[in-house]
Amino acid sequence: MAVRSFTLKAPTPMPGWGLSFGIMLTMISVVVLIPMAVLLWRGFVDFGAAAMWDVVNRNRVWNALALSFRAAFVASLFNLAFGVLLAWVLVRYRFPGKRIVDAAVDLPFALPTAVAGIALTAIYAPNGVFGSVITQTFGIRVAYTELGIWIALIFVGLPFVVRTVQPVIEEIDHETEEVSATLGASRLRTLTHVVLPMLAPAALTGFALALARSVGEYGSVIFIAGNLPNVTEIAPLLIVIRLEEFDYDGAVAIAIAMLAISFALLLAINLIQIWSRRRMGAV
Amino acid sequence: MSLYQTLAARLKRLTLVPAPVYAEQPSRRLRFWPMMATGALAIGVTLAPAPQAQAQGLTLLNVSYDPTRELYREYNAWFADWWEAQGNPRPTIQTSHGGSGAQARAVIDGLAAHVVTLALAGDIDAIATRTDLIAEDWQSRLPQNASPYTSTIVFLVREGNPQNIQDWDDLVRDGVEVITPNPKTSGGARWNYLAAWAYAEANGLDPQEFVGQIYRNVPVLDTAARGSTTTFVQRGLGDVLLAWENEAYLALAELGEDQFDIVVPSVSVLAEPPVALVPGNVTDDNLHALATAYLEQLYSPEAQAMALRHYYRAWDTSAADPEDVARFPEVNRLTIQHFGGWAEAQPLHFGDGGIFDQIYQE
Repeated sequence: MAVRSFTLKAPTPMPGWGLSFGIMLTMISVVVLIPMAVLLWRGFVDFGAAAMWDVVNRNRVWNALALSFRAAFVASLFNLAFGVLLAWVLVRYRFPGKRIVDAAVDLPFALPTAVAGIALTAIYAPNGVFGSVITQTFGIRVAYTELGIWIALIFVGLPFVVRTVQPVIEEIDHETEEVSATLGASRLRTLTHVVLPMLAPAALTGFALALARSVGEYGSVIFIAGNLPNVTEIAPLLIVIRLEEFDYDGAVAIAIAMLAISFALLLAINLIQIWSRRRMGAV
Repeated sequence: MSLYQTLAARLKRLTLVPAPVYAEQPSRRLRFWPMMATGALAIGVTLAPAPQAQAQGLTLLNVSYDPTRELYREYNAWFADWWEAQGNPRPTIQTSHGGSGAQARAVIDGLAAHVVTLALAGDIDAIATRTDLIAEDWQSRLPQNASPYTSTIVFLVREGNPQNIQDWDDLVRDGVEVITPNPKTSGGARWNYLAAWAYAEANGLDPQEFVGQIYRNVPVLDTAARGSTTTFVQRGLGDVLLAWENEAYLALAELGEDQFDIVVPSVSVLAEPPVALVPGNVTDDNLHALATAYLEQLYSPEAQAMALRHYYRAWDTSAADPEDVARFPEVNRLTIQHFGGWAEAQPLHFGDGGIFDQIYQE
C-alpha cells in the first residue's frame, strides 16, 4: 500500500467516503484508541514509569509473565501445526460429518470461556475421564499444572490458524502441485517446498492472532491452572489480584508490561511475515 | 498474506462480483458534515438515557456477594409483600451478585447501588474511604455491627474423615492436602487465614510459620470460595476444605450427607457479612425510606429465620425452625477486632508485600 500524505483529502472517488470514514474513526476511537490512551496515560503520567517498574520488577510478576507468554507460545505453536493440518483436511478431503467438523472449529469462539475452563477441568482433573487415565498411565497431573494451562489455551486459540489458512488452501490450484510432480519432486518435497511456503504467511497471521488471544486469556485458564504463586499463576490473575486490592495503579503497570511484550512479539511476527512474503515473491 | 487480505479473498468468493477498479482521480475536499453527523449520532446513541420503566413502585438495587444468592431471592419476595402490606406501592428489588471485592469496586466505579450487602466490612470500608457515597461510621448505624447474619469457618472432610483431621494443627501434617481459595481475591479465604493465625497464637506457635506450612499443603488456590468448593467436592482434590459454614452445609445438602463430614476446629472466627445503605445513591426520600426498611427488616424474626434456613447464624431465633437453630455447634469465634479490625489486618496480612505475599516469596 502506498503511503499517502496526511492531508484530509478524499483519496478515492468512491461515494460515501466521508460517512464511512467518520463511522470508522468514531468507533475505533471509542472502542480501542481512547481506552488504550487512558491506560497508558494512567500508567506513565499518573503513576510514573519508575513506580511501574517497581511493581513489575519482582520475581512473582516475572514468573507470571514468563508463564503467560510461554504457555501462549506453546499453545499457539501447537495450534499452528494442528490448525494447518485441520484446514488441509477440511478443504482437500471429503468425508461424512465434514460440515459438523467445520462448524465445530468455531465453537471455542461461541462458548463462554469460563464454561470451557470448567468443562476442560472436569475432564482433565485427577478424577476426570482423561485426567484419571493420564495420571495412572504417565503419573502426571494435567489440570492444576502448566499442562492444564496449555490445554485451555490450545482450546481458545484453535479457530485462528484454521480460519486464516483455509481460504488460502482453497485457492491453491491443483496444477501447482501437478507441475511440481511432473518436474520430479517427491510428495514430501512438494509439500515442504511448494505448498507450505504458500501457506506460511496466512499461517503466521493465524499464529499471531492465536498468540495474542491466549496471552490475555483469563476466564478459562483460571479454572484449570491451580493459581499457585510462581508456579501456575498467570499474569492476568496478578492484574485481577491488584484490582481486588483496589490497587488500580499496580494493575495498570502489569497491564502495560503485558501490552509492551505483546507488541514486541507481534512486531517480530510481522517482520517475519514481511520477510517470508519477500522471499516468496508476491503471494 | 495479512488477515485482511485473507478475509477479503473469502468475501470476494462469497459475493462472486469482480472487484471494481477505479482510476485515480484528482482528490477532492472531504465533506466534513457526514463525518461529524455520524460521530454525533454514535455518541448520542451511547449516551441516551435508557427508558425508565418506573410506572408506580420504586426500584431498589442491592449489590451483594456470591453465596447470598438463594437467601436474597427469598428475602426480596418476602420484603416486597411486606412493603406492599404497609400500604406502599409494590417495589421492584434487584440484586447483583459477584465476588465481594469486585462488587465493592463496581460501586466505587459508579454502579448505582442503593444498599450493599457484602462479605467483609473491609469492602464497605473501601467504598466509604474512596467515595463520598457512604459515611465512615456506617457500621454503627444498624444493630450487631450492621451484620444481620453471621457465619464461621469450618472444615469439610471426606466421609469418615480418613486423615483424622480434628483441628488446625492437623493441616500442617505431611501428606494432608488443604483446599482454600486465594486470600488476595476471596473474602472467605481471608477468614480461613486469620482463623489459622489465631490458632497458632493461642497455642504458642509462630503464626507466620504455621500459616506458611498450611499454604505449603495447598495444591490449588482458587480465586473464590465457590471455586474451592467445586475443586474439593466435584474434582475430588484435597483432604480438607476450609469453608464458610453456610457453604459446607450447602454442600452437604446438595450432595448428600454420606459423602462429607463437617469438622469444627477449636478456634474459628466470627465472620460478619455486613449491610449498609448507600446514601450517596439514594437521593429520593421515598427510596430512602424503602432502602432503610429493606435493611431494617433483615433483623425481623421472619428474615432471621430465612437466614438460618440458608445456613447462616442469625440473632433472633423466635420465628425459626428449631432444627435450623440446633444445627450449629458451639465454636470459640474471634471477631475481626481480635486482629485489630480490617483497617489494620488487611494491609498487614493481605496487602501488597504483606505477610501472605511473604509466605509465597520464600
